[in-house]
This record gives sequence, structure tokens and C-alpha cells, in this order.
Amino acid sequence: MGSVLELKGIRKAFLGTVVLDGIDFDLNAGEVHALMGENGAGKSTLIKTMTGVYEPDAGSIHLSGTEIRPHMPSHAVKLGISTVYQEVNLVPNLTVMENLLLGREPRGFGGIKWAEMRRRAEVAIGRLGMSIDLRAPLGSLSIAQQQLVAIARALDTEAKVLILDEPTSSLDASEVESLFSLIRQLKADGLGIIFVTHFLEQVYAISDRITVLRNGSKVGTWDIASLSRLDLVTQMIGRDAATLDRPEMVAASSGSGIPVLAAKGLGRRGSVSGVDLELQPGETLGLAGLLGSGRTETVQLLFGIHPFDAGSLSVDGKTVSRMKPRLAIRKGIGYCSEDRKREGLFPELSVRENMLVLMQVQRGWHRRIPLAKQRTLAKELVDRLKVEPRDPEKPIQFLSGGNQQKALLARWLAVDPRVLLLDEPTRGIDVGAKFEIMSLVETLRQAGRSFVFVSSELPEVVRSCTRVLVMRDRHAVRTLESGEIAESTIVKEIASS
Amino acid sequence: MKRLPAWSWALAVLVAVLLFNAFLTPGFFNFVVRDGRVFGSLIDVLNRAAPVALLSLGMTLVIATGGVDLSVGAIMAISGAVAAGLISRPAGTPFEGGKSAPALAIPAALAAAMGCGLFNGFLVAVLELQPIVATLLLMVAGRGIAQLLANGQIVTFTEPAFAVVARGATLGLPNPIWILAGVGILIGIVTRLTALGLFVEATGSNPVAARFVGIDARIVKLAVYALSGTCAGIAGLIATADIQAADANNAGLYLELDAILAVSVGGTALAGGRFSLVGSLIGALLMQTLTTTILTRGVSPEFTLVLKAAVVVIVCFLQSPSFRESIQGRMKWRAA
Repeated sequence: MGSVLELKGIRKAFLGTVVLDGIDFDLNAGEVHALMGENGAGKSTLIKTMTGVYEPDAGSIHLSGTEIRPHMPSHAVKLGISTVYQEVNLVPNLTVMENLLLGREPRGFGGIKWAEMRRRAEVAIGRLGMSIDLRAPLGSLSIAQQQLVAIARALDTEAKVLILDEPTSSLDASEVESLFSLIRQLKADGLGIIFVTHFLEQVYAISDRITVLRNGSKVGTWDIASLSRLDLVTQMIGRDAATLDRPEMVAASSGSGIPVLAAKGLGRRGSVSGVDLELQPGETLGLAGLLGSGRTETVQLLFGIHPFDAGSLSVDGKTVSRMKPRLAIRKGIGYCSEDRKREGLFPELSVRENMLVLMQVQRGWHRRIPLAKQRTLAKELVDRLKVEPRDPEKPIQFLSGGNQQKALLARWLAVDPRVLLLDEPTRGIDVGAKFEIMSLVETLRQAGRSFVFVSSELPEVVRSCTRVLVMRDRHAVRTLESGEIAESTIVKEIASS
Repeated sequence: MKRLPAWSWALAVLVAVLLFNAFLTPGFFNFVVRDGRVFGSLIDVLNRAAPVALLSLGMTLVIATGGVDLSVGAIMAISGAVAAGLISRPAGTPFEGGKSAPALAIPAALAAAMGCGLFNGFLVAVLELQPIVATLLLMVAGRGIAQLLANGQIVTFTEPAFAVVARGATLGLPNPIWILAGVGILIGIVTRLTALGLFVEATGSNPVAARFVGIDARIVKLAVYALSGTCAGIAGLIATADIQAADANNAGLYLELDAILAVSVGGTALAGGRFSLVGSLIGALLMQTLTTTILTRGVSPEFTLVLKAAVVVIVCFLQSPSFRESIQGRMKWRAA
């Protein structure tokens, strides 16, 4: 079968930053084509140029041989390119039928032709072999069923190309299977399907070809049979797996042998499962894995942001039946979120207040840290972490990302927690700041503090961790002991099946 | 350059209005001492501003947590009805029969008001209702409760020991001014000399981050709504003592809106976060100064509301980020 969609030399830049650099891509009819890449690789921008959200700066798009220029999403849909997003973009309190035909209701004299609408909705649903009550409000269905309704809606429009943008990230195993059988059926009908996902298993279960993007460029396109998992991961991360080994780690003065934090079979429905880990005093445990592999979810379970519903968790050998942030803090566990803006900063408050709020919470509301003491402490922290500008009275929203990150780290250092969960602490900050943060972590580790360290940058993990827990598809796969830690072994574990 | 406090514009406008009066309204700055009491337009402004200023103190903290309290006007009515009922024991009300109990009136009214505030706090903090909906409940129902407590009548009484709350004077100044000063200083101390103010600001600034550093947002919210209710209770006592009657229909009517305006004019963002009690007091004073100016100049009172609105618009415009940016841009341009 010939190619139904072809992109040639697509280029897109935002404010002078090139995010897509001459991408070629083609999709055959009756094919599932996986589009892979880490954060910032350019997947979503590429999809948005196909669906008319962005207009490419250069390059052309051909649909069934004719050049098209979709200028807005509804235009792309009319041309035959439909998209189903990760989040269901439908109206929960309208019925399934209304959602299916929302915005293109069959109209007659003076209003909607309900009988016609019902007939078309039945056809659309019937085509997918689903039995769903058309009159049920969409919100009463499970997420998986809503996802299927979204696909049915996308297919009502005589689509030639269907783009599935992470459709499986909120589905469980059986729901994924029913989605896949639908995809196979659509494929047999001759539809071209672009499939974006973080789950390696699913890529190999359903795709015919794989295209990998990295940093806005295309790395290559392969037939599924000719690209091993190891090669795929290596292509995505973009580093030859054999290079860069780690320095000798100085062992910290080990304590009693009772782990300060331990989890066994820890999990939560719809999130991660089967996480085993043990953290000794003076250890830095790395969590490695691709984006979406469940690293953030794991540290959030450890800190009690979401309660776990499977397995067990213990602190200092004592079982904790239900973890909550406040309990975690009381037990000396800290958490530095990867999402600074949403989960860390108090934007209008000063750097001083942002750094000392946690210490103040620990002292209790009635024992306010005297202002003079606050100023001294803030000055010390600002100097120790080299936060710029050095004026702690500035509202933190006016600092650069890297300096905000340092201030948030200072918030925890001020209370000297025994365990600090660091989720991507070095993301988006400059090299100098990265180095400073990592050497600070190492100093504290040698003084007997423990860290759980999540990072997408393998060299960082390799250099700073005493043990590494590898995660894949929301499971903990294996713990690598000190002697085994190297980029090559981590990549192998991420890719293994 | 040191940043000016958020209430600078409100203060500037207040000073402008006062200057206008100093030159153009004869006798505005005059003081007369009679029977050991000071009289004058300025004293009058402070005295009359006290109820709204009290409401705005509580409202400031509620707004700082990202909420709003629409029920304070109705709580004033409840507080007044409880106090008047306990003093005059009118027939047909729940207070019928007992002995007049002026000593009990103040604590009972304040307890009722605080109870109302706790109810608001419960709806917002525990049931997690939208603050505007949660407090709308008591804004509407509260006035009904006050009417039930007064059996639908205006309860009048003569009790000098209670009237002194609003009518009396201490060291020459009317008591409402002293009450306002006392409550203001107390709330200032409690929020700024403990860490409560910081916790309130953190909760309003970023509730998720507040949870992640271990702040119990539920307790913080319960406390600020209870405080707002109590402030409304005090304002209700002043209003009731002033006219020696509890009027469930009109006591505190629409004052919640004046209080919200005062807070907003005073530079506290309605989205929550940083708050300024001083700013809210300036805001409340500005509103009352405008009203008094209009009255003393003999402008027909129909203009009062329109003029107030105009001034609020001006202050809000001066405070708006877009205006501030354009000013800063120009200052940089001049400096260059």
C-alpha cells in the first residue's frame, strides 16, 4: 500500500529556538507507525504541525499525494487527519451521542435532527464493536471507554489518518488490550495510524515501523523487526551505551544496617506497581528509566502525596500504614518536586520566606523564627548555594529557574532531613549550578544522609548514585548494585523485556 | 530600588482626598472638644469606618488564603439579634422570658458569630466547597436566622451599659475607634509576630506547595473564617449599640461588598497570597472619607455610590500590573 501521509523537511522554530529541524516522515495506509522520543524531542510539535495547530516555517505536508496546509485543527479533521489526545477533550456532562457528533450535529429546519443523529451515533459506535449506552453521560464511563468514544468521534469524519497521542497512559492492561484490538481492526480497514507512547512494550506489540526523534531532529525510521529494544533506547537517549564510566564512590560511615526507608511491592492502582527498594543511611539511590516509566510516581508514593494501596512501606524498620506529606516530614523525609512552579514555589513570597517556610512549619506556628535570625539563616543559605541575586528579600518569582531550584533545595537543607527525595533536581538549570547541586548531594551523603535521585540524564545517575533502581513501564525492574552501575547496564535494563 | 508597599496608591488617593477637603471643604480638619469628647469630621470618619474596617480585617485573611467571605453582613445581623434579644427579651423570640442579661449579651453574640465563621470554615476547608458558594449560603440564610431570632421585628432596647460600645468615648475618642485599634493590633500581632501570617500567605499563594511543606491548610482556613466571623460579630455589636436596636433586615446590609472593596483597594490580591492589614484599613478609611466628604459638602447622597465606584476604579487601575509596567518602563527610559 502507498503512503497516505508524507512530511518533507518540516521545520519549526519558536523565538529563534529550532524545535523541528527538517523532519521527513511518511505513513502508509494500513500501518501503525510509532513516533518515539524523550521529553523535548519534538514529538508533540510535529503532531501539531500535522493537525493544524502550528504552521511549519518550512517544508510541506502531502495527504494522499496532494499538498495540504491545515491551518486549524478543524480544518485538518475535514481533510481527514483526526487526533485523539491523552486527555479526553470531550464534555463529561453531555451524553455519549451528543459528544460523538458535537459540533457537527445533523441540522434540519429549526434544529437538530435527533433521529438522524441517533442513527449516525449507532453506526459510529457499532463500527468499533462496542456496546455503550448512547444516552449515558460521558462522565459516567470509565476513562478507557471515554477514550474509545473519542476514537469513535474521530472516525466519524471519514478519517484517512488517525493520530493517537499517548492514548494508553491512563489505561490498565485489559483496557489497553481492547484498544489494541480496535487499532488492529482499523489498520485492516486501511487507516494510517500514528501512535505516540512512552511504553516500549506497547510499541513492540502493535507497531509496524518506528521513527525516533531527538532534540528536534529525526534520528531514523526502522521496521520494527530490525530495531532491538536496546537499539531503540540507545537511539532515544542518544548516547553510545558503552561510554562514560563512574568514579569510585566513597562509602559513607554505615549505620545500624536498618534501612532508613524501605518499600516492598509498593504500588497504587493506575500508577506504579511492584516497587521494592531499600535505602541505607549514606546512600544515594538512583531511579532510572524513560519518561513515563513511573519514577515520579514512585517518589510521590514514598512521600505520601498519593496513598499507596499495595505493598508495604517502612521508615527505620517501622511499618507505616498510610503515608502523608506531613508524616513524612516529621519522620525526616523531604521531597523536592520536579514541577517547581506547581508544587514548590510560593511565587509572591520572598526568597527568604520560601527557604525558611519549612523550618517554620517544623517549629510550629507559635514559635516564629525571629526576623534577625531569619535574615542570618537566609543569608547563609543564599551564600552556601550561591543563589543569585544574593538578596533574600526579592520575591522568588523574579529569579531564574536555576536559582529558584537552588532556593527550593535550600528549603530542605535548612531542616537537614535524613532522606531527601530529589525529582529531576537539575532539570533546566545551567551546568555550573548542576555541578554545585550534585557535589552538595555527595558531601551530605558522605555525612550519612540518604537520597533518592531521579534523573533523565544517565551520566548524572551513574556519577552520583551508590545503587540504581531501574524502572520500566511503571514497574521496578531491577536494582543495580554499586559494581554494576554503568550507562550500558542501565540502558540494557531499561530495554530488556 | 526598594519596592513600595502594595497599598501606596490607596494611601496616595486617601491623602489626595484629604488635601482636597483641607482646601475646599471648610472646617473638615476642625476639632471641637465638648464634654470631654473630641468632635470633628476626621473623628467622624474614623468612627463610622470602624464596622467596615473590622470586617475588612477578617476579610483580608480570608482573601489571602484564596477565599472570600460573603456572609459577614448577615453575621452582623445575627450578632445584633442575639445581643438585643438577651437584653430586651422580646416576646415571641427564643429569648423570651428570662431576665435582661446585658453582661451575657456581648460574649453570647461573639460566640454566635464565631460559630457562623466556623461553619463557613467547615464548608470551605473540610467539605471543600467553593468559598463564594459556601459563604453565599450564610449570606442568604444568615439574615433569615437573624429574623427568626428577632421574630421578624426590629428589637429595640434601652441599656446604657451596652450602648456605650458604640456611643461611649474613652480619652475623648469614640469607643468604636478604640475597638478597631485594639482588634487591629491584636490581629497584627497574631499574624505577624507568630508564623500564622506566613502560613496564611503560603496557603493562598500555592496550596499544593503548602501541603508539600506540611502546612495544614484545613486548620488555617478554619481559623481565618472563624476570625472573619468574629470580626463581623464585633461590627454587629457596634451597629446594634449605635442605634439601640437590632434590625435583622438592614444591619450590615451589603457591607460584605464594602469590605471586599476595602481589601482589594488596599492591595491584597483577590487570588490569594500576600496580604496587608494596613492596606485594608487604608482602603476602609478611603471609602468612609469619600462618603463623609460627599455628605459634608452637601452633594446629594445619590452620588455617593457612583463616586465611590469611580475612586475604586481609579485605585485599581493605578495598582494594575499593566499600568505599573508602563510607569516602570518610562522611569527606566528617563534614567537612561
